[in-house]
Amino acid sequence: MDMQELIESLSPIEKKVTPFLSLQSFDEIIEKSGLDRVSVLRALEFLNSKKVIELKIEKKKIIDLGTNGIYYKKKGLPERQLLLIAEQGPVSLQNAQKQSRLSDNEFKAAIGALKKKALADIKNGRLIFTGDKSDIVKKSLEEQFIDLLPLEFDNISAEQKFSLDKLKDRKDIVIITEEQVVSFTLTKLGKDLVKEDLSKIDLIEELTSEMIQKESWKGKKFRRYDVESQVPKINGGKEHFVNQTIDYGRRVWTEMGFKEMKGSLIQESFWNFDALFTAQDHPVRDLQDTFFINSLGDLGKYGKVVDSVKKSHEQGVDGNKGWGGKWNTKEAEKLVLRTHTTCLSAKTLYELSKLPKEQRRGKFFAIGKCFRNETVDWKHGFEFNQTEGIVIDKDANFQNLLGYLKEFFNKMGFPKVRFRPHYFPYTEPSVEIDAWHPVRNEWIELGGAGIFRPEVTIALLGEWIPVLAWGPGFDRILMDYYEIKDLRELYGNDIKQLRNIKIWKK
Amino acid sequence: MTVVTVRKSEVKKIIGNKKDDEIDHILSMMSTAVERMDNDIIEVEVAPNRPDMLSEQGILRALKTFSGKERYSKINVNKSGYKLIVDKSMPKDYPYGISCIVKGLKFDDEKIKEVIDIQEKLGATLLRKRKKGGIGLYPLEKINFPITLKGLKPEEIKFRPLEFPRELNGKQILSQHPTGREYGHLVEGWGKFPVFIDNKKVIMSMPPIINSHEVGKIDENTKDVFIEATGTDYELLKKIMNIIVASLVDIGGKVYSMECVQINGKKENIPDFTPEKKKLNIENADKLLGLKLNDNDVKKLLGKMGIDYNKGIALVPAYRVDVLHEVDLIEDIAIAYGYDNLVPSIPEISTIGEISKEEIIKNKIRELLIGLGLIETSSYHLTTKEYQVDKLGLKNNLFIEVENSKTEYSILRKDLSHYLLKIFGENVDVEYPQELFQIGSVFGGKNGLEEHDSLCIALAPGNFTRLKQILEYFGKMLDLKFEISKTSNFDPYFIEGRVAEVKLNGKFLGYLGEVHPKILKNFKIKMPVALLEINLEEFFNK
Repeated sequence: MDMQELIESLSPIEKKVTPFLSLQSFDEIIEKSGLDRVSVLRALEFLNSKKVIELKIEKKKIIDLGTNGIYYKKKGLPERQLLLIAEQGPVSLQNAQKQSRLSDNEFKAAIGALKKKALADIKNGRLIFTGDKSDIVKKSLEEQFIDLLPLEFDNISAEQKFSLDKLKDRKDIVIITEEQVVSFTLTKLGKDLVKEDLSKIDLIEELTSEMIQKESWKGKKFRRYDVESQVPKINGGKEHFVNQTIDYGRRVWTEMGFKEMKGSLIQESFWNFDALFTAQDHPVRDLQDTFFINSLGDLGKYGKVVDSVKKSHEQGVDGNKGWGGKWNTKEAEKLVLRTHTTCLSAKTLYELSKLPKEQRRGKFFAIGKCFRNETVDWKHGFEFNQTEGIVIDKDANFQNLLGYLKEFFNKMGFPKVRFRPHYFPYTEPSVEIDAWHPVRNEWIELGGAGIFRPEVTIALLGEWIPVLAWGPGFDRILMDYYEIKDLRELYGNDIKQLRNIKIWKK
Repeated sequence: MTVVTVRKSEVKKIIGNKKDDEIDHILSMMSTAVERMDNDIIEVEVAPNRPDMLSEQGILRALKTFSGKERYSKINVNKSGYKLIVDKSMPKDYPYGISCIVKGLKFDDEKIKEVIDIQEKLGATLLRKRKKGGIGLYPLEKINFPITLKGLKPEEIKFRPLEFPRELNGKQILSQHPTGREYGHLVEGWGKFPVFIDNKKVIMSMPPIINSHEVGKIDENTKDVFIEATGTDYELLKKIMNIIVASLVDIGGKVYSMECVQINGKKENIPDFTPEKKKLNIENADKLLGLKLNDNDVKKLLGKMGIDYNKGIALVPAYRVDVLHEVDLIEDIAIAYGYDNLVPSIPEISTIGEISKEEIIKNKIRELLIGLGLIETSSYHLTTKEYQVDKLGLKNNLFIEVENSKTEYSILRKDLSHYLLKIFGENVDVEYPQELFQIGSVFGGKNGLEEHDSLCIALAPGNFTRLKQILEYFGKMLDLKFEISKTSNFDPYFIEGRVAEVKLNGKFLGYLGEVHPKILKNFKIKMPVALLEINLEEFFNK
């Protein structure tokens, strides 16, 4: 940069500081320029980036007295105050505290300190001086240390470090602050610059509305900006990253022609389990695995579907076997936090059963929270997101099911998927979807799907039409995309993370 | 899912010397996903519908047919001429017992462990932690036939339970023996406990709890075994017996049936390996799988799954418990066909996609608030009493509690407000202003079991005016006229005189106000906070 360009790029504060640069002292510049510390430092940083000076900022840790420390330096540490009382002869703890006027915490700390140094002890609720007379006049290490403050952290002795560690644990006696030590040297360019007379240079700083209207900018030059310099970071408003992904999932399903299902998080066991042919003694219905609410729902409002579900459990459908045994209404009335969004699909089939036969078809989806009674750690949690889909069509088949799933997961960012046999109580055939993870070099499980069993479909819809159904988890996708290793981070609400996390770019 | 261990060397004897990832693929496609592979050990997952694969033998048996190496061979059963009699003194809720004999086994430590293992696994899964029954094995030479299964008063029962130093009575077994303590709750309330007694009046066991150490312990000298199963469901017991016997046959056993007489007089020779006949319509299979198969294809495919097929009739092996319906056979056809041979395809069915109106409105609200620079947060639906009651100051009795939560999160959140305050408290060192919002379900209202969507906005530092501006702004954008008015009846965490109630169409939605400093202190917040929480249901109804 030539001198002319350099001069044209100096901001007002740089211009103010430049004449004092030859003083080579930060503090003196502050004094002489009339600018505050922050402004001078900023000017020096600007000049540094223009290679006018070489700036050095070192950080120094300073140990100084805190608010209590200042007070104790005058009055003596609590243990000193207490020692002076104890020395007068045994005294009850209550009186000792009253006389010393120490707070509960100070009093406790003081007694602890004296006991440790074997200067006092408590016997029968009384404080007794057990030290030597000479101990009273002698200053403790902590007291000596307090007298010496402020000190530079890096320069203290091992003995002083010991005192510091003791005092640090006590409230506001010492504080450690960081100080900046600013120094600089002039470069060759700098030495030339300070020789220049800057007072005659008249550049336009801020272009004002008035200047534009009066055209007073004519014939003048604009001060040059350092367009490469750092600017302070800003933050914007943002949708929660989990919701961004869910929104995208919603869009993928609707683009494929699916209609959204909504429903409560609290459901009767009937919809969550029974309607899905989950036997009443199935282990998933234990308190161990599912959140139950101590309250019963009312199945009365659902009418005859309750009977047809009962029948499919006890006897099966169209001449086959069910689970046998007695189906218990009370068990089905128990309220749960839904363990899957599949309860919404079950309800949708029931709603369709009320329509004329030729209208009992369609494609539906849901994305929502589900629950399981689980401890919380990096890979477990009691809440998770699931995406649900059903296709009801007399011509739908198992290969179509694989087609929908493949398409969905391709769009969610998993180009390579595989299907393998699996088991769910309410689908047959059933399938598990794995995705190839190119970084981990292994298949990861994404979730399950299948065709609803006749015991489910006939009981809910009233007739046998293939219903393709799936309910993979969503959190795996989220964690993979956002590079989150710990499940708890999904709902940790660390504001810094929320501000900085990348957005869902699909 | 139950994990079963098989030896890789045994697997390779069937499918040949294949690489690890090929073995993984074959087992996964047979429905037994590989969990872990290590030297000679393969751990696979067995689903609850296939208890017949809960042992190494079970898996190898399935693999033999699946790989096409063998067809399933029938199990031969001879009559032993022995009898089991179930006495009417058995507990009413636990009436059934069956038994049979397997001879010619060569037990070593490994095999004994395996047999105990499959017994345990069946007990835990199909028998629902022995709730539905138990299984026992005994060295045949120590037993004198016929055998009786009967109920005895606990104090009349006296024998030395397995691996215990001395004799105990029925009650003592429940309190002193480790297995008794684990399963004692199952027999609680039964006046009489079931016992097997042989012809010399020796008590052989007290099912479903424990065998006798003297006559009910298999060791390396055992060659012939007596096997029994007792429980609540006769058909289930027969299946279980078939599963165990089939795996003993796989390790060289020969089966001898016994005549078992139930309380109701029913007599049957056990085990009964007659396959179950199940109709199969190939058209249904074609339709459901999207394939075109002929009789021969189906015969071949079902054969791979160990199922015989002849002209529309499938013969399901007697140890399979999962074939309830034709679709279960169709799935077996699909597995045999190979899931990786199926072609994923999307049919051209024209339907119109639609997002729910609730989500559309919620997204609009989101967009408006984001435009104002607010950040959306997301929290658990479950929460702790500490935050709702102790810190926010809500009354203790308003919450919906979940039973037996494994964490301190034991109630459903009543509001989003406490979560936003908690977030402020956890982010005191993060740059201000912090302006947050959240949309989500909250629970429990005046009528108890209520669930609705709620919107919460919280500003730190914040004041009433700015928050009211925000509310009015988005009200205007959504064409909603909020009524914001003075109230003396408000949630206890606001400052009196700086809180208003928000209504829409005369319906109460929630409050808007500045949070009281004592509450801020509870949450360790150092900034003034303005807070708004309103019910969104009324928005959706419009």
